[in-house]
Amino acid sequence: MSMNVIEADGLGKRYGGTWALRDCSLAVPAGHVAALVGPNGAGKTTLLNLAAGLAAPSAGGVTVLDGRPAGSVAALDGIAFVAQDTPLYKNLPARDMLHLTRNLNRRFDQQYAEIRLGELGIPLKRKAGKLSGGQQAQLALTLALARRPRLLVPDEPVAMLDPVARHDFMASVLTAMAADGVSVVLSSHVLAELERVADYLILLSRGRVQLAGEVDDLLASHRMLTGPAAEADQYAERLSVVHARRGQAQAHLLVRTTSDDPAPPGWEAHPVGLEELALAYLREPGAAALPGPARGRNNQQTEVTK
Amino acid sequence: MTAMTVPADPKEDTSLRSVPWQRMGWVTWRQHRASLAGVAVFLGALAVALWLAGRQLHSAHTAAIAACHPASSLACPGMVIAFDGTNGFLANGFILQAVPVLIGAFAGAPVLARELETGTFRYAWTQGFGRWRWTLAKLVPLGVVLAAAAGAFSLLLNWYYQPYFDAGNQAVSLTELTPFSPGLFDLRGIGFAAWTLAAFAIGALAGMLIRRVVPAIVATLAAYVALAFAAGGWLRPAYMTPAVTSNLNVPGSAWILSQWWTKGGKFAFAGWPSQSLLNRFCPTGPPGPVGPGGKPKAVSLAGCLTPHGYTQWTSYQPASRFWSFQWIEGGWLLALSALLIAATVWLVRRRAA
Repeated sequence: MSMNVIEADGLGKRYGGTWALRDCSLAVPAGHVAALVGPNGAGKTTLLNLAAGLAAPSAGGVTVLDGRPAGSVAALDGIAFVAQDTPLYKNLPARDMLHLTRNLNRRFDQQYAEIRLGELGIPLKRKAGKLSGGQQAQLALTLALARRPRLLVPDEPVAMLDPVARHDFMASVLTAMAADGVSVVLSSHVLAELERVADYLILLSRGRVQLAGEVDDLLASHRMLTGPAAEADQYAERLSVVHARRGQAQAHLLVRTTSDDPAPPGWEAHPVGLEELALAYLREPGAAALPGPARGRNNQQTEVTK
Repeated sequence: MTAMTVPADPKEDTSLRSVPWQRMGWVTWRQHRASLAGVAVFLGALAVALWLAGRQLHSAHTAAIAACHPASSLACPGMVIAFDGTNGFLANGFILQAVPVLIGAFAGAPVLARELETGTFRYAWTQGFGRWRWTLAKLVPLGVVLAAAAGAFSLLLNWYYQPYFDAGNQAVSLTELTPFSPGLFDLRGIGFAAWTLAAFAIGALAGMLIRRVVPAIVATLAAYVALAFAAGGWLRPAYMTPAVTSNLNVPGSAWILSQWWTKGGKFAFAGWPSQSLLNRFCPTGPPGPVGPGGKPKAVSLAGCLTPHGYTQWTSYQPASRFWSFQWIEGGWLLALSALLIAATVWLVRRRAA
């Protein structure tokens, strides 16, 4: 049985009178790079803050690494959280940031950290505030990885980075994933970058989970149907259409179906990409009502037992 | 569990122990050494200035005492004026009252406010050490170090103010102050260290509540001033039941709280007599309203009123109670500081980001 790196049950967080996250139930299995995707304000950071123990839930609960309460010593020991905009002590040299992190944790692989910073060309003597945005993100990632975590949680790690730094950062995450088997849950609103790295997708919208599951399963269970626009309405009633795009002559329906179902006569079925799929759901916040993995509280069912 | 999901040795989790406390020592030192150095420079510069000023004051005092034997000597009045005029702006101690709160506000308020303002708390509080332990491991050593520095500095203050408390002063009409003088009481003894610690604890809590450095410093200054006035005005006079005497020669070192008069066993009036009473019994005019040191010239007023059956009563705190008062004030300030630090740690622990 595989363990869950994050498990939320009816989790909610309210700031004043506004729910930033509401009735969120999900189980993210270990061994994945899981992408938490959603528009700004969807509750991504709130969910990750709750999982990291930085915030206390207003409703429900969240555990990490197989049942450790978020924020407990046991949880903090196993999770490396890299907060949005990678906060570092700007006046401390990289060397002192390493020393600081080593002192604050049970495990710290000093050699790994120094070698990694060397490879990245980040001088140990340079103050964190004097590093470029990409270097700061890499330093924060190095600090997190040198803790030898079982779960790495970067919140919007690439939002502030240029395309090259963004690519390098994601490559680093993938390398760590491959080398150490660390599980990753990262949030991002940069969809293009995720296609390459993520093999698990969690879609958040307006504070609720809209879709969750392994990318392969999600892609296998969705098709893009292209056919005459005039017939679109007719099929829209019979099929689980997530999102429909109609042109003058042709209509494109993103439907939930399996590849075994034959396309209707006169229609062509194409496989969908992750970005296409995510965009379709993001454009239709109500689409979570569809049967399948995205059904509110029952997300656990989508967990794939290995 | 599958092997690929478990990078760390599974044995590690079964014996999960917290990161040892002493590891925070370096962290606290590295992050706060600049502010500690600032405090050291501030106190060091003040100490040098105070030492130079103190040498002047001490030699002026020695000269005045020597010149005033006998008190009628011609040189005496000049020397007395010279002593009273030496660093007169320091004599009431009010300027130095600012030292504990400056240390406390500038060292205490940023500890949490800076983390919250710059967002680095999201780094610090998600490390394995744990955030409430992190907070405690910062506040307690910093508070102790600052209080110790303030305590050492107060030894110098104690030396500086010695001449004003010399029992020989009254005989040669030099200013003799009571150790309870509002500006001086907490510069000496353990009060100075205790107030510094309290200011630090107020600053830490303000930083946690306000989350921004500059407003937290301002709030600390305001809260401290309010507390200091409340302590000096209401609490301190009531630490112990005042002594009451009808003796007219209350020593100059005593802290006179109130004076009133009785006639035939009944209360007559408090404080200063009415004008009509003065006209009846002191037709030559009332004695000067105040004598040196700001105390009413009770003796001369008594000279008019006592022959007519009036008795003067004085409630006061004798100077011998100085150390009892110091321990009482130090004690509640220490308790208050501990409470404020505990409240700060509790807030950090339950804080919703």
